[in-house]
Amino acid sequence: MSKLNMVQAINLALHEEMARDQNVVCLGQDIGVDGGVFRVTEGLLAKFGAERVLDTPLAESGILGSAIGMAIAGLRPVAEMQFSGFAYLMLGQLEGNAARYRARSQGRFTCPLVVRMPYGGGVRALEHHSESHEATFAHVPGVKVVMPSAPGNARALLAAAIRDPDPVVFMEPKRSYRAFREEVSDEPEVMEIGRAQVLREGSDLTVISWGAMMRPALQAVGEIEEQRGASLELIDLLTISPMDGETIAASVRKTGRCVIVQEAPFSLGPASEIIATINDKALLHLEAPVKRITGYDLTVPYFSREDMYLPSPGRVRRAIEETLDF
Amino acid sequence: MSVDSACPAAGGPIPPGRLELADHTFHIGHLQVLDENGALIAKDAGGAPDLNPDQLIRLYRGMVLARAVDDRLLKLQRQGRIGTFAPATGQEAVSCAPVVAMRPEDWFVGSFRELGGRLLRGEPIDRSFLYYNGHEEGNTFDGGERTLPVAVIIACQMLHAVGIAYAMKLKGEDAAVVCFFGDGATSEGDFHEAMNFAAVWQAPVVFVCANNHWAISLPREKQTRSRTLAQKAIAYEMPGLQVDGNDALAVYQAVHEALARARAGGGPTFIEAVTYRLRMHTTADDPKRYRTEEEVKAWERRDPIPRLRKYLAARGVWNDEMQVNLDEEIRKEIEEAVKKFEEAEDFKPDAPFDHVFGIPHPRLEEQRADFLANLSREQGHE
Repeated sequence: MSKLNMVQAINLALHEEMARDQNVVCLGQDIGVDGGVFRVTEGLLAKFGAERVLDTPLAESGILGSAIGMAIAGLRPVAEMQFSGFAYLMLGQLEGNAARYRARSQGRFTCPLVVRMPYGGGVRALEHHSESHEATFAHVPGVKVVMPSAPGNARALLAAAIRDPDPVVFMEPKRSYRAFREEVSDEPEVMEIGRAQVLREGSDLTVISWGAMMRPALQAVGEIEEQRGASLELIDLLTISPMDGETIAASVRKTGRCVIVQEAPFSLGPASEIIATINDKALLHLEAPVKRITGYDLTVPYFSREDMYLPSPGRVRRAIEETLDF
Repeated sequence: MSVDSACPAAGGPIPPGRLELADHTFHIGHLQVLDENGALIAKDAGGAPDLNPDQLIRLYRGMVLARAVDDRLLKLQRQGRIGTFAPATGQEAVSCAPVVAMRPEDWFVGSFRELGGRLLRGEPIDRSFLYYNGHEEGNTFDGGERTLPVAVIIACQMLHAVGIAYAMKLKGEDAAVVCFFGDGATSEGDFHEAMNFAAVWQAPVVFVCANNHWAISLPREKQTRSRTLAQKAIAYEMPGLQVDGNDALAVYQAVHEALARARAGGGPTFIEAVTYRLRMHTTADDPKRYRTEEEVKAWERRDPIPRLRKYLAARGVWNDEMQVNLDEEIRKEIEEAVKKFEEAEDFKPDAPFDHVFGIPHPRLEEQRADFLANLSREQGHE
């Protein structure tokens, strides 16, 4: 076991997968010599060479479009978008092709590829460096969207994404990159994509979150359990699409109360989908309206207002208390 | 010419106020083997490409078949028996000749006006009818493991071609990629990104640009200010040339040489094949709104099929009797394909659910069950 932060854990997964399968290649801007602007790909070039670790020209559509061709021809490309805010330039290739080759060719041509990208606020960055727009990708049929929250699950889910037979958008919470460390196994680990994880079991209320918001959620859950002795269940969604409706529904059937914490804008995000899932599968078990703590329907404000804008442990705590007291 | 990137490219510093001195001179080669009457004109430049009679007849037959299938598809569409399709009449040389230059292990990455090439790659005619009748089943065929389906988004497939070519290079496979697109594609961002990536990676890919002069209603001269499309290759340090796209032998020769260069590690080539779309963009389009009959008539005189036929006859490998036999053979082949197409079994209605992900997920399986239950009710099987 070694204690790793998320950057180190993702880097470890990339090393392990590239060593395991020679068809795995990495491509993106500044990922080779520079090791990536966040150093996530550090050491890969030296270990695996420039043919498998490609510093590409500065072109997001070009990166994904060529990765699609590589995947069709039997490689397992891991493409990096330097920031999710620039990923819209490759959305045409993602929606128009990566997501569709399997359907278009009835399984003859497939795109087993990963698009890694750091997302989210909290690092006092420039415009276009703080968005949490997972819903944009999650609304594309044929694409999986995975959002790890901690070093261990980032490493195990990235390995799963690389081995997955279909395109996976892998959104890394950049403010969690170096925020904390976790014991990570010395043996390669793989987690199942499409499954949420019940992180803490409880009986009074379910808190659901993912990615960077797991930290404030966990903090609020701990505080309320301590202050009120309430028994809270905490679910880490991990995969946004396809969503694990059963784990959500089973928990809410048990607790009857639910609070969702998302960094993304209020409307039409994963929280809305979770509420709709509860409506479909657990409505009659509810004892209070499901509450969501989210971002707002705004362009992410510049960083002077960032801390006010991002969901805080206080907002989460108040939402849990209101729902418990309803 | 040697260029030092730290210095101005040519001729040294430019004086203030004289920026127009930037040097735009360049030379674009234009390859033509046959004149409009099918006579060899390139004798001095090496003569006809080295094709044996079997290859020549394969090429000619492919072009005649493509034209006949185009005619039949248009009738089927007008009778409401298939959906929208994009006719390729007039462009048979551009889509068929590259396939004769290709090997089976090379990849065919097309857009949507290369049916002739697809048929030569082995796609059965009835499968193509299925595609045009709204069935994904028509997008693949036995033996088509390296023939990608139709790409509808303009220029998007160019990047896939580059990625495949890179993979061939990385895996050490002796295979290259031929990628088709049109003049309109050259305005897209993906065109630039693909050309750039291909050149930087020296990927074994041949770009075949069918300049058919019209992107739906937009004429070639409004698509780009560039005098030729081939000159765009210069900016990428990529070999580029223009060929007479209605001269099947010229197209063959250019692709043949480009493929040899690609296989030898010489990287990509850009070929502008100058041709003309004699029919509508798709069956939903009315070209009379934007171009004249005279223009179309002028291009009909440069039809690639009679041109090749005259050459074959002059070479003594083709005659009128063979033509009569071929026409009859193709007529029968198409009739059989129509029959097979119309008698095709009912396809599995929930097949689209099978091809979202390789690993089934409960969320989608629940939706499949709902779909099937509703379908059953609507079809009266409650």
